[in-house]
Amino acid sequence: MARIVGAVTTSHIPAIGAAIAKGLQEEPYWKPFFGAFGAVHAWLDKVRPDAAVVVYNDHGLQFFLDKLPTFAIGAADEYRNADEGWGLPTLPPYRGDAAFSWHLIESLVADEFDLTTCQEMLVDHAFTVPLKLLWPRAQVCPVLTVPVALNTVQHPLPTPARCIKFGRALGRAIASYPEDLKVLLLGTGGLSHQLDGTRAGFINRGFDEMCMAAMVDAPEALAHYSIHQLVEAAGTQGVELLNWLVARAALSGRVEKVHSNYHIPISNTASGLMVLENRA
Amino acid sequence: MKTDIPGTVVFDGAQARKGYALNKMCYSFNSAQNRAEFLRDEDAYCRKYGLDEAQRDAIRRRHVLDLIAAGGNIYYLAKFAGIFGLSVQDVGAQQTGMPVEAFKAMLVAKGR
Repeated sequence: MARIVGAVTTSHIPAIGAAIAKGLQEEPYWKPFFGAFGAVHAWLDKVRPDAAVVVYNDHGLQFFLDKLPTFAIGAADEYRNADEGWGLPTLPPYRGDAAFSWHLIESLVADEFDLTTCQEMLVDHAFTVPLKLLWPRAQVCPVLTVPVALNTVQHPLPTPARCIKFGRALGRAIASYPEDLKVLLLGTGGLSHQLDGTRAGFINRGFDEMCMAAMVDAPEALAHYSIHQLVEAAGTQGVELLNWLVARAALSGRVEKVHSNYHIPISNTASGLMVLENRA
Repeated sequence: MKTDIPGTVVFDGAQARKGYALNKMCYSFNSAQNRAEFLRDEDAYCRKYGLDEAQRDAIRRRHVLDLIAAGGNIYYLAKFAGIFGLSVQDVGAQQTGMPVEAFKAMLVAKGR
């Protein structure tokens, strides 16, 4: 049977991808961010996942406002990255597993989550940057992947309570897969930041620290937030916390914090990193 | 949607309807060919996507707050900014009326 080894949650800022491409990891601005990933790599070497279910939000590479799913899932054997408009280097394709994806889809729809299924799905920086952070030396991502995209672009967004329920259903779907597969949840984005409006540059350390504490033992403590309250506390793009909540809620058993880091700023963002091991 | 959150526009259905043409044009800038076409003849490109006068004017002035008021969403607008090599920090500085270095320093100071 498939087994969830744990979750990694990390910011996915495009500037990180640019810094990797330019080799700036040791620069004083970047060191407090990249330096925190050594512990993540050590943990990955220990648990050795075969697959990563990547919970992220598309920023207008795959989805536009013409048709915008609240929850979408990849159902392909390969996912491609492409130009997002900034001319950054395009990364090699990612291996998928359509059979695994369809198992998840069957289980999730039976569990009352009606996702948009994608046999073709372009993956943007919110998917590629975190995988590169986890496996920086691999030319091609070494694990098979399933992209799961949440709408954080156009309101109404799914509420934190809904995302926690979705994460639990995703966890049940993974755990019921009959093949022997060690699965990592990867929740990307956040933490507090706001790119737009005269409040651009908004960051909220107190709220972020509270969320990181809740992520370990009590994610339900975040379920009562409305999206409006989340925007107010975390910023318009800080709502990417929803991806973290889905990843965390998929962990079924006792969860132990292996590692965490919090650093202000990377670009306009308070960057967060957590490694949570499933000790079921 | 105007909210009681200072300096914040929530991109909801009303904004998405208002900004559809503008955002659709910006979405097209994922393609390098489209970015080049915009730069060759900006007026023709905006006409092709049916921007209204307020959107056209805000594009002409590269004015982010006015683009947001005209229904623009920051994720698509970032692709417009990218044509001119502008990052989200440049965009943040413009919106807050700060020099870029001051905006960056403000963020660094929040980490202390």
